[in-house]
Amino acid sequence: MSLPRVLLGIEAEPMDYTTHRRVHGELPAQPPPADGRRSRASRRSGPGLAAPPLLAELTRSGLRGRGGGGFPLAAKLDAARRGKGPPVVVINGSEGEPMSVKDRMLLESLPHLVLDGAFCLAEALGAGEILIVIDESFRDAAESMRRALHERPVAGRRIAQPRIVTLPAGYVTGQETAIVNYVNNGIPRPTTQPPRISERGVGRRPTLMANAETLAHVALIARHGAEWFRQLGPSEEPGSVLVTFSGGVAAPGVYETEYGSHLGALVDAAGGLTEPARAFLFGGYAGSWVDGAAATTLRLSSSSLRSVRTSLGAGIIVALPQSACPVAEVTRVAGWMSDQGAAQCGPCINGLGSIADALAEVCEGHPGRDAFGDIRRWSELVVGRGACAHPDGAARFVSSALRVFAPEFDDHARHGVCDACERRPVLITPRPRTAVR
Amino acid sequence: MRIEVDPITCEAHGLCAELLPERIILDEWGYPLIDATPIPPALQDLARRAAAACPTLALRLRATENIELRTGRGRPGN
Repeated sequence: MSLPRVLLGIEAEPMDYTTHRRVHGELPAQPPPADGRRSRASRRSGPGLAAPPLLAELTRSGLRGRGGGGFPLAAKLDAARRGKGPPVVVINGSEGEPMSVKDRMLLESLPHLVLDGAFCLAEALGAGEILIVIDESFRDAAESMRRALHERPVAGRRIAQPRIVTLPAGYVTGQETAIVNYVNNGIPRPTTQPPRISERGVGRRPTLMANAETLAHVALIARHGAEWFRQLGPSEEPGSVLVTFSGGVAAPGVYETEYGSHLGALVDAAGGLTEPARAFLFGGYAGSWVDGAAATTLRLSSSSLRSVRTSLGAGIIVALPQSACPVAEVTRVAGWMSDQGAAQCGPCINGLGSIADALAEVCEGHPGRDAFGDIRRWSELVVGRGACAHPDGAARFVSSALRVFAPEFDDHARHGVCDACERRPVLITPRPRTAVR
Repeated sequence: MRIEVDPITCEAHGLCAELLPERIILDEWGYPLIDATPIPPALQDLARRAAAACPTLALRLRATENIELRTGRGRPGN
């Protein structure tokens, strides 16, 4: 029952292969597929065809994806096994949420843990290829991953050397269909589903795409087993999780904790709040806000967070200090989210654009006649009407902000900008270096 | 039979809403809001015509077993 797990032995320098094997132990060899060859039949799931031991262990572990979707990994594995032809395993190291740094940190500092997970899954699935997708701006992570690949032995391995794919920066470019679209066609924009990528993805082959952190947990489960994994966290939400905790805390950064732990314990681990928090943002820019007072008794579990209408998403928590202006922060992020859309779907283009414009007018003190009514209507109008969940996330973020920061929004609508508007931003809105569209 | 729209392909021409107002209305930006409940037999012919009329073929018909139905002008049955 102890932490750290993923972050065990982490240092300032990237962990090399020798140290990695000493810290975590050797990866157990997997038995080859039942018929000894990579035939299609051996990969199909179905009555009488048992899953390879690792896949069964991962199913027993209850591991859910750590990329924000929270989807049980077992379901993704089953889907990939049902597809036609050898699957492709993709490490998703895109991390589009600006307030999350855990994945780029893993790729840079613990590349072998992520690679172990990917190789294990590829072996168990009979995959023909591994891709490592890294945001183009994560130069250190890409360099570290290249070095890590060179450290690993190639002899006797049944799969080709993994290929690093540099993904154009952008909030939506790391969405799973956008990555597949980029690899297949050079277009980093989401596509409609069906087909799901598990059915037809990279090279029109079944694709298992997993978040970098998810693969780190796979690497540990492969060594220590499902029972060990389930020793932390509640049974419905087992294991440890990496959280990027930032904003008004003394020591912002990536922390590993177990699901169900108290938010207060995380605050203590981060050296305490620098000043009282007006509110907390959970889940990033597709997440939602919680009033500071309401957050004091929260646990980091789906059930506790759901009770205040939020969730961890990709493990993101931001403490908004009282000295910040929530209206300025939310307005700026809403504008950024509008710009970050792939500009493919009318309701998203129009909806997020209208919301961003109306928020700017409110912030500056010249709101439309029914600005808040309009924003609420548009927020409902965009849900489910894009090819991806980008408009849903942005609408959620704005709706929760209007609810939690009602007094500040009202004040701005009447009086315009406040003294706190010009303070250094808490929420980061990066300017893209390359055009996404 | 259910109707759905491909949000990437849709360009808000609006013919679908004209042909099948019982199931499709347009939002304030001209994009279709679809009633996703199954299409009763009495409306299925109109639904086919609406799908065929879409200039970008963004309006799609699905059989309730989630198989896409192909439509075409002048094609019998379906």
